[in-house]
Amino acid sequence: MVQSLSTEFDVAVIGAGVVGCAVARRFALAGAKVVVIEKGADILSGASKANSAILHTGFDAPEGSLELELVKAGRAEYLSIHGRMGLSLVETGALVCAWNPDEAERLAAIAEQGRRNGIAELGLLTARQARETMPGLSGHLTAALEVSGEHIIDPWSAPLGYLTQAVGLGAQLVRNAEVLSGSFDGAWRIETTAGPILAASIVNAAGLFGDIVDARLGLAPEFTIMPRKGQFVVLDKAARRHVPRIVLPVPTEITKGIVVCPTAFGNVLVGPTAEEQDDRERATVETATLEALLKRGAEIVPALASISVTAVYAGLRPASEKKHYRISVRPDRRAITLGGVRSTGLSAALGLAQHALTLHAGFGTRFDLPLSVPDVTMPNLTETCERDWQRADHGEIVCHCELVTRREIDATFSSPVPPGDFGGLRRRTRAGMGRCQGFYCNARLAAMTGDRLAVPLAVGAGDER
Amino acid sequence: MSTAQLFQQEREDASYADVIVVGGGPAGVAAALKLKARGIARVMILEREPALGGATRHCSHSPFGMREFGRIYFGPAYARRLEREAQDAGVDIRIGHSVVELGQDGALLVTSARGVESLKARRIVLATGAREKPRSALLLPGDRPVGVITTGALQSYVAFHGIMPFRRPLIIGSELVSFSALLTCLTHRARPVAMIEPEPEPLARSPFQWFPRLVGVPFHCGAVLMDIRGRGRVEEADIRLADGRLLTVKCDGVLLTGRFTPEAALLNASAVDVAAGSAGPMIDQDGRMANPIFFASGNLLRAVETGGWSFREGRRVGAAVADDLAREPCNDLVVPVTFTEPLKLVIPTMLRRGGLDRPAFRDFQLRFTKRVQGRLSLHLDGTEVWSKIGLWLPERRVLVPIPRAAFEASQIAFHVGETN
Repeated sequence: MVQSLSTEFDVAVIGAGVVGCAVARRFALAGAKVVVIEKGADILSGASKANSAILHTGFDAPEGSLELELVKAGRAEYLSIHGRMGLSLVETGALVCAWNPDEAERLAAIAEQGRRNGIAELGLLTARQARETMPGLSGHLTAALEVSGEHIIDPWSAPLGYLTQAVGLGAQLVRNAEVLSGSFDGAWRIETTAGPILAASIVNAAGLFGDIVDARLGLAPEFTIMPRKGQFVVLDKAARRHVPRIVLPVPTEITKGIVVCPTAFGNVLVGPTAEEQDDRERATVETATLEALLKRGAEIVPALASISVTAVYAGLRPASEKKHYRISVRPDRRAITLGGVRSTGLSAALGLAQHALTLHAGFGTRFDLPLSVPDVTMPNLTETCERDWQRADHGEIVCHCELVTRREIDATFSSPVPPGDFGGLRRRTRAGMGRCQGFYCNARLAAMTGDRLAVPLAVGAGDER
Repeated sequence: MSTAQLFQQEREDASYADVIVVGGGPAGVAAALKLKARGIARVMILEREPALGGATRHCSHSPFGMREFGRIYFGPAYARRLEREAQDAGVDIRIGHSVVELGQDGALLVTSARGVESLKARRIVLATGAREKPRSALLLPGDRPVGVITTGALQSYVAFHGIMPFRRPLIIGSELVSFSALLTCLTHRARPVAMIEPEPEPLARSPFQWFPRLVGVPFHCGAVLMDIRGRGRVEEADIRLADGRLLTVKCDGVLLTGRFTPEAALLNASAVDVAAGSAGPMIDQDGRMANPIFFASGNLLRAVETGGWSFREGRRVGAAVADDLAREPCNDLVVPVTFTEPLKLVIPTMLRRGGLDRPAFRDFQLRFTKRVQGRLSLHLDGTEVWSKIGLWLPERRVLVPIPRAAFEASQIAFHVGETN
């Protein structure tokens, strides 16, 4: 799977989260020979698997910050490529909702900051005006700020698409490869659990392990990751008609707060919490917290009170001891670290990738542009465009709740970046993601996937028959 | 072309039926059989799975069929019998057909291997059954590794694929199905590490509650799951016992049993009224929904009853639909049946004036949310017409005859006076 030791890559990207996937694509498009080193059995297995799927405008990002610049650049690139790559965009817009006079007073300042941030489409609304655009909102609303450029996307197909394009340009993905150490003598030799990998330069996009990877490579880390857990509840699709828009709270210093947000798949999610913890791997859900999220959701949109829960999840944001992105450049070691990308990674990923390429140009290496760029069109999983079940000869419906076809599942296993674990299969096809969570399809998926997943669904699959 | 010719052409169209039954489990097949027996020409069953039978296809333990077929079957054989009966009766069976959306006019959006089509009928019977709630809907805590599944999924592993999802599961629940799940484990080389029930006593009747101890599986009531740990697959779980002690068990799976809920996704997708307490559709005494060309029966109404119960209910609703086809869809006034906690549900959820002479439901079916000692009473227009004092247990069937006078009442309410 890894090319022989003699192969030297131009760039080793560490971490196949949303940022790593975007960086791989950007460098591959520039003509670099890229290897992506991923610790997990599949891509997006860290912070990137759990987010709120919002493509932000940056209206509330710190003024003049790199984060603002990269969110805007990332969003602009996404808007320019999504149609061509079959990536979703659901133009919901958002309402920043104030629930008391204090919050309402702050809306003007937020709008002003948004304008200074270069976001034009902002409008202060009275409670009545806001509820006209979204009648499901609670009558306790005081006022709202409309941000029409905030949209939702499929947060997994997008990075998968970036990496798929990179692979089409010759990039290699090495899974189950945890970085152990590295040495630099003009070029890098990176020791991993999957063997050594040689590369001229390194881009560290290891997310929750960014500081640890820097340390293992002998690069004194310039930041410390402080994981911040976010728990979410996903409500049944019956909720979707009550939530046509993203409902944001008035943000505090610490967090963007609890969001009620439609998803591109037709559900509604409520979350995230913001809970500091030391553990970088475990992201548990807690019954009392999930109940509190449901309660908060029903306070914001009362009709949600009677709607059942489809899924619950928790993720860890790679926050650091400072609020801003933590980007380190070490020209003498040909290494770039993209760290502390805590909550806007999905929106900023393509911008971060552009930024990394610009920084890399400072290392003095020039790549030859690829002769041709293969077209990549990702399968649509969202309810806003045609799904496979609507087309003939799909084989059969395997997952009834999400209407996932056998053809879709077969196709994902023969795709350039096939699933490595069950989570990866779910993210690529939505199989098992629906309201029954596998009551009907889990056994069928176990039989179909056999031992092709890192943790097979069935035990002793080999000796059973 | 004359109107009669047009009508004739529509009748011969493969996308048209007198009645379409959605779901080919016991309730759906029974409704279809009754309709055929009553001489209805075009009766179609749409079943999304590869065979008829519904959940009985993978229920290997419970005895099925005594009352409807005069002999006892295991689930899979019963399912095959249902399919054979439907074939012999001339039902138009379409397996691998998933209904995606219900149209108010009786047109159904359907997908199958061929793609999407629209099928239409004069009456639609929904019989999509029930399923167990997943861990997410139960808000269970912890990691989300591979190996946390429901009984239905476990039995599908075994019955359809001959594979197992775990070897040492922790079983949660103590309904009848929970003991069936335990038996499935034991007969397929899995050794449950413990069985726990959050309620203070088992939900299933004696003697099932003695079964775990007989086979050497620790059984704890009043025990709550506090954490699930596991990076890839389940590795261990924490349980808080009734006496407050915290117990950590090594296990490679968590088996969630019972806590059934109607499989009512189609209703949610189609903006049809759903009854709050049961999460199934609102129906009247004939099984008719708010939109009078739609009917419903079986466990979609009220999770969950036995296959035999659902079969008999399906047959009665099938008979009602046959009668209903002889007249215009009945849009007469409905009166909701009201109730409060600790009642969980009442079916029918409403009574309709101008219903059929022989209603499909002769009894109200009630369920309680919790164990209650007290007086259950039925009131029509504020006057008590029926009452009974007793100990009422959760998830147990309670039947109350529907009095004739109820169809004339403008207020129908159940009350519970707790005495403990």
